[in-house]
Amino acid sequence: MDSVFRDRKATLLMLTPALLVYTIVMLIPIVWSVTYTFQSGNAITGFEFVGFDNWIKFFGDDTAIDALWFTLRYAVVMTFLQVATGYGLALLYIFFLRNKSSLVRAIIFFPVILPTVAVALMFSRIFEAAPTVGPVNAVITWLGGDLTDFFGDPGYSFWVVIIMDVWRSMGFYAVLLYAGLVEIPQEVMESARIDGASGWKLVQKIVFPLSLPILLSSLIFSINGTLKVFDSIVALTNGGPGSATTPLTLYMFRTSFAYGQYGYGSTVAFMLTLLCLLATIFVFRSMRKDVTK
Amino acid sequence: MSMTLAPRRTTLAAIALTGVGALALAACSSGGDTSASDTASDSGSTDETATTSDEFTYLGQTQNTTIIGTLESLETGACAAAADGTPLVSDAIDGTTWDQQLQVLAGNDALSNMSMAAGTPSLMQDFIDAGLVVDLSDVLAEYGVEDSVLPAAAATLEQLYQTDDLYALPTEYNIEGFWYNEELFAEAGVEVPTTWDELVDAAATLDAAGIQPFVAAGGDGWPVTRLVGNYILRDLGSDALQKVADGEASLTDPEYVAGADAVAALGEAGYFGAAAGSIDYDTAMNQFLTGGGAMFYMGSWALANFNDEEQNQIGVDNIGYFAFPEVSGGAGSIDEVPANAGIPVMFTTSSYSDDIGEWIACIAQNYGDVALAESGQVTGFTITETPADQSDLTTLVQDEIANATGSVLWFEAAFTSEGTTVSQTNGGGLASGNLTGEEFMQLVQDANEG
Repeated sequence: MDSVFRDRKATLLMLTPALLVYTIVMLIPIVWSVTYTFQSGNAITGFEFVGFDNWIKFFGDDTAIDALWFTLRYAVVMTFLQVATGYGLALLYIFFLRNKSSLVRAIIFFPVILPTVAVALMFSRIFEAAPTVGPVNAVITWLGGDLTDFFGDPGYSFWVVIIMDVWRSMGFYAVLLYAGLVEIPQEVMESARIDGASGWKLVQKIVFPLSLPILLSSLIFSINGTLKVFDSIVALTNGGPGSATTPLTLYMFRTSFAYGQYGYGSTVAFMLTLLCLLATIFVFRSMRKDVTK
Repeated sequence: MSMTLAPRRTTLAAIALTGVGALALAACSSGGDTSASDTASDSGSTDETATTSDEFTYLGQTQNTTIIGTLESLETGACAAAADGTPLVSDAIDGTTWDQQLQVLAGNDALSNMSMAAGTPSLMQDFIDAGLVVDLSDVLAEYGVEDSVLPAAAATLEQLYQTDDLYALPTEYNIEGFWYNEELFAEAGVEVPTTWDELVDAAATLDAAGIQPFVAAGGDGWPVTRLVGNYILRDLGSDALQKVADGEASLTDPEYVAGADAVAALGEAGYFGAAAGSIDYDTAMNQFLTGGGAMFYMGSWALANFNDEEQNQIGVDNIGYFAFPEVSGGAGSIDEVPANAGIPVMFTTSSYSDDIGEWIACIAQNYGDVALAESGQVTGFTITETPADQSDLTTLVQDEIANATGSVLWFEAAFTSEGTTVSQTNGGGLASGNLTGEEFMQLVQDANEG
């Protein structure tokens, strides 16, 4: 095998097809879209070179800044909750349910395979205030509270989106982290127990450090997934009320395809790409030491 | 180490995907760019086109069944000759992202022969400027059927797209105003209001009597922003919104903010009911037709729902109409009726042929009669036969159209795509009392300025 990889021709021959496909479907469109950031117009009206106007516009655009802020807020809160609930569930599977966890795992994983739109419809019914009163509002009014319009208030709608997405994705992270936790050698756990570590101490000193690599992967998965959130928000709130729950992705989609500003849309997309890159580098750097220890 | 590298690669690929997802689409359509500018040179004229077509394609919105129903009747009826050799082939997609779909189709030179027009007038203007849309004044004149479109409807469309020629056919012609539940008005002892102050008083009286004064689809936004627009037109005169579009006035000027404030005050008082920002069009319609509210601002296209006994639980005779009230001391008049051509239909230049021209001429001549007879739809076409079983409400609408001294367009008619979207996504906030008039106007003005 070694000799094959040392043969430059063979390496080239094997890499070229994949590299070619990657270039055509990835690199060229990326470069293409970057060139759009210096233009204004769309496919119908034609394009015009505008220099850095789109970039200047982005930083002076309140809606874009709001969308950026929402995206960050959403990503941080979601990443924390997704990974934390996932980790909690994985620990539950390992330490409490042990061999009997498969049914619970399947049930908690179930929402992951449901179509987002169906989940969003269900949640919009659950939190509905009018014309019919949903279960959540029914409970609130039964407890003596006021009818709450969850989708009419920016603060509430943010949390409804969060609750829905955590419910939808925690099963996935639980399985991912569970896979990492079962890999921890039983001997290590056993010797730690003999040394007197148990409960929280065992998790803190043994399980957590040993599961850091998989936690890192989960974090990167999560932060990139949440920075790119689109479908669940479109289906649940469509960015509303007003633009209170509009992430950068939705704003990019609207500017490009609803407002016909391809150049500005590309600029927003590029900002999002940078954001994902920065987030990944940040997570990666801050955890690298621990991983390689 | 391989553990640490693998996620990085995956992530880089994921990052790349982010940027590329939408932009790949943009890249795809670059081919359409050149063809759009090519066709622009002959600005929608019908020269140098093929003489035959194998089919007459139509793309509509799934929500609208009237147009396709009428076309199908025409294909086997009055337009059988045009359909011979060029049969109708139809398709429908969801209307909520209509303008986006049209832009992608237009960018790829893939528009159907006939399709419902863009909802945003400024987008239609782009299509017209790019030479993508057939100049119907030419076509109708060529076939000698220019009388088939009512002058009022043609004028509304020309005003809407700011053109001298006709670029769309008025498959609907609507007036807008308040429809009210006569029984609920009588129950609360309320008279039909003619001024805004009377309207607010009526709402207060209805509310005190335990009746929800207004039904509105705040989730869709436009039923609320129409009120803002109409208030401004009644208060400042019929050219007030055009001035904003021309940059002579700003929505944030105090006299304009007053319009949004007036509507926001209704929202704050709770006159639109609970969670008004979450109500969609069908829910609002259902609410009004089951007696859930007293007043419903809507266009006359709703006649189809009003005339449907299954949907209309309160009875068609129980529904009255009054024009949008005057604002005391305002420059506008109650006789200027808010009018629109619904979503008209346009024809693309790229696959135009004589066969398509025959279809267009036939549609112009016969659509009005068939739509009125089969769906009770009031159109902008000349009518030659009035159906015997026409409902009183339909006649009332026809009379209102005939008696109107002038027409005005709606709030967002002259706005950009962005201004329109921002206005309509925030309209619900006014109805639920979460936005003040000033905040709303600031958002829309900013969006209009791009």
